[in-house]
Amino acid sequence: MNVACIEARGLRKTFGTTVALDGIDLHVQEGRILGIVGPNGAGKTTALNAILGLTSYEGELKVLARDPWRARDELMRDVSFIADVAVLPRWIRVSHLLDYVGGVHPRFDRVKAETFLSKTTITRTRKVRELSKGMIAQLHLAIVMAIDARLLVLDEPTLGLDILYRKQFYDSLLNDYFDRSRTILVTTHQVEEVQDVLTDLIFIDRGRIVLECSMEEFESRYAEVMVNPEQLAAARALNPMHERPAFGRSVLLFDGRNRDQLTALGEVRRPSIADLFVAVMSRPPDTAPARQADQVGVAK
Amino acid sequence: MNSTSDITPEAAGVIASGHSKAQSFYWSLRRELWENRSVYVAPLIVAAVELFGFVISTVGLPERRRAVLLLDPAKTRSAIEAPYDIAAVMLILTAFVVGLFYCLDALYGERRERSILFWKSLPVSDRTTVLSKTSVPLLVLPLVTFTVIVATQVVMMLWTSALLITHGMSPGSTWTYVPLIQNSFVLLYGLAAIALWHAPIYGWALLVSGVVRRATFLWAVLPLIAAAVFEKITFNTSHFGALLKDRLLGFGPNAFAFGAHRGVAIDSLIQLTPGRYLSTPGLWLGLVFAAVCLAGAIRLRRYRGPL
Repeated sequence: MNVACIEARGLRKTFGTTVALDGIDLHVQEGRILGIVGPNGAGKTTALNAILGLTSYEGELKVLARDPWRARDELMRDVSFIADVAVLPRWIRVSHLLDYVGGVHPRFDRVKAETFLSKTTITRTRKVRELSKGMIAQLHLAIVMAIDARLLVLDEPTLGLDILYRKQFYDSLLNDYFDRSRTILVTTHQVEEVQDVLTDLIFIDRGRIVLECSMEEFESRYAEVMVNPEQLAAARALNPMHERPAFGRSVLLFDGRNRDQLTALGEVRRPSIADLFVAVMSRPPDTAPARQADQVGVAK
Repeated sequence: MNSTSDITPEAAGVIASGHSKAQSFYWSLRRELWENRSVYVAPLIVAAVELFGFVISTVGLPERRRAVLLLDPAKTRSAIEAPYDIAAVMLILTAFVVGLFYCLDALYGERRERSILFWKSLPVSDRTTVLSKTSVPLLVLPLVTFTVIVATQVVMMLWTSALLITHGMSPGSTWTYVPLIQNSFVLLYGLAAIALWHAPIYGWALLVSGVVRRATFLWAVLPLIAAAVFEKITFNTSHFGALLKDRLLGFGPNAFAFGAHRGVAIDSLIQLTPGRYLSTPGLWLGLVFAAVCLAGAIRLRRYRGPL
C-alpha cells in the first residue's frame, strides 16, 4: 500500500530574518519509520511543528490528506505526538490523566494503557511530579501507544533518560505499537539507538534536506573501510566522502563503491548513522563548516 | 462509501464531533478543577474561619439577643442578620480573588510548565480549552460560592438555635429575621449579576495570561493604573479610574435598589432590579469586551508554544 502519510512541497518557515525551513520536499508513505537527524537549530522541530499544525508555514503540506494548520483539531484524532520529554502536567494524578485522555480521545484504549503501565512500577495514585523522568516517559509512551493513531511523531522522546529506559522505549515502540500500517516520525540525537529501528532516514541542515534515503539504501550505498596504511593512497583515490583517524589508522567512508574493491583496501563495515552524519555535514567545507561530532551524540 | 449504510461518513463525523465536543468540554472542565483545587478549597477554608470566628462571637449571645429583641424590628433584623451578610460578602470577595488569580494563571501556567505540548497533542480545540477555563470564574465559582455560603449560614443558624435552646430561649428569632430561602434567592441573583459584570475582568486576565511571558499580575494591573495616572496628570480628570471602579462595584447600584436606611442590605425581593440591570449599557459593553478578549485568547493559544 503506497499511501502518502505526509506530502510536503516547498515547505518554508521564517522567523523574522531567520530561515528555519528553506523549501523542504518530503514524501513519507504510511507504514514507515522515518528518522530526522540534524544539528541543533537545523529546523527539525519546526518541520515537526508544521506537520503537527502547531505552526503556520508557506508552501504545500498535507498530512493524512489534511492541511495540518487549518484542520488541526480533526488531525489530532489520527495523530499523536510526544513533543519533548516530561511535558506531562506535573500536578496531575496518573489515574486522572488516564480518565482525561479517555474522555477526550475517541481512539484511546484505557485497557491497553493499563496493561502497559502494569509492566512498570508506576502506580495510579501517584502524581506525575512524584515520578522519575524515566517513569514519566514510560507513562507518556503508555498513553500514546494506547491511542490508535495513524501517525506518531516523536521529538527527542528520550532526551535525558538513562540507557535502560531509552532501550526499553524503542523496544516497546517496535514490539507493542508499530504494526507496519502506522507511520512514525522520530528526531533524536541518540542516533545509534534508532539505527535498527528506522526504515528511512533524513538529514536536515539549515532548513534543507541534505540527505534522504531508505535504510536498505543506506546499507547498500555506504560503506566504511578501516584502510590498511599501505593502501591509503589507493583508497583516497576512490574519492571517499570522509576520512577520520581511529586507533592510528584511517577510516574512510565511501558512497556507492563496489564492495569487492573496498574489501581489498581493508576491513569493511557498515557505517553508523552518526558517522555518515558527520561525513555529510563536513563534506563541502565552504558551505557546511565542519561540525563537532558530539552535536549528534556520537560520543561512545 | 458503504452503500448499505444510511449514515454517510461525513454525517457520522458530524455526529461524533458534536458528541465529543460536549465530552471534551466536560473533561476539560474537570481537568481544571483537578489542577485548581483552590476553586473549592479556598471558599471552604474561608467558611471554616468564618464559622470558627462566629462560634467565638456567640459567647454571651443569649443575653445580647434579649437586648436586641427590645429594639424596633428593623434594627433587630439588622443586628441579627449582620454576621450572615458579612459571611456572604467575605465569600463573594474570596471567589473574586480566586477567580482573578485562576484566570491569570490559566493560559500562562500550561506554557510555563510546557504541558501545553501535551494538551495540544489531544483532539481538543483551543476554543473548547479557553471556554472551559472561562466557565470556571463565570459558572463554577458562583455555584461553589452559593453552596458554601448557604451551607455556612445554615450551620451558623443551627449553632445559634442550639445555643438559644440550651439557655431556655426560643430559636425562632433567628429563623424569623434571617429568611434563608429569600436570602438564597437574592444571593443567586446577585452572584449571576456579579459574574456577568465581572466577565470583562476575567476575560482581560485570561488574555493577559495568554500573552505575557512572566509577571501576569503586573501586566494585567499596571497598564490600567498607568492609564489612570496618565489621564490624571495630563488632563487632570479621572474618567478611567471611575470606569475601573464602576467595573469592580458597578453591579450593585444597577442590579439592586438599595434601601436608604440599611446601606447595601437587601430586605425584600422588590429591591432586585433585573430589568434595570439588563438595560445597563455598561453590562453589555463589558460583555462585548469580554468576548473580544476571549476571541483573542483563543487565537493566541493557537500560535503560542511553551515559554
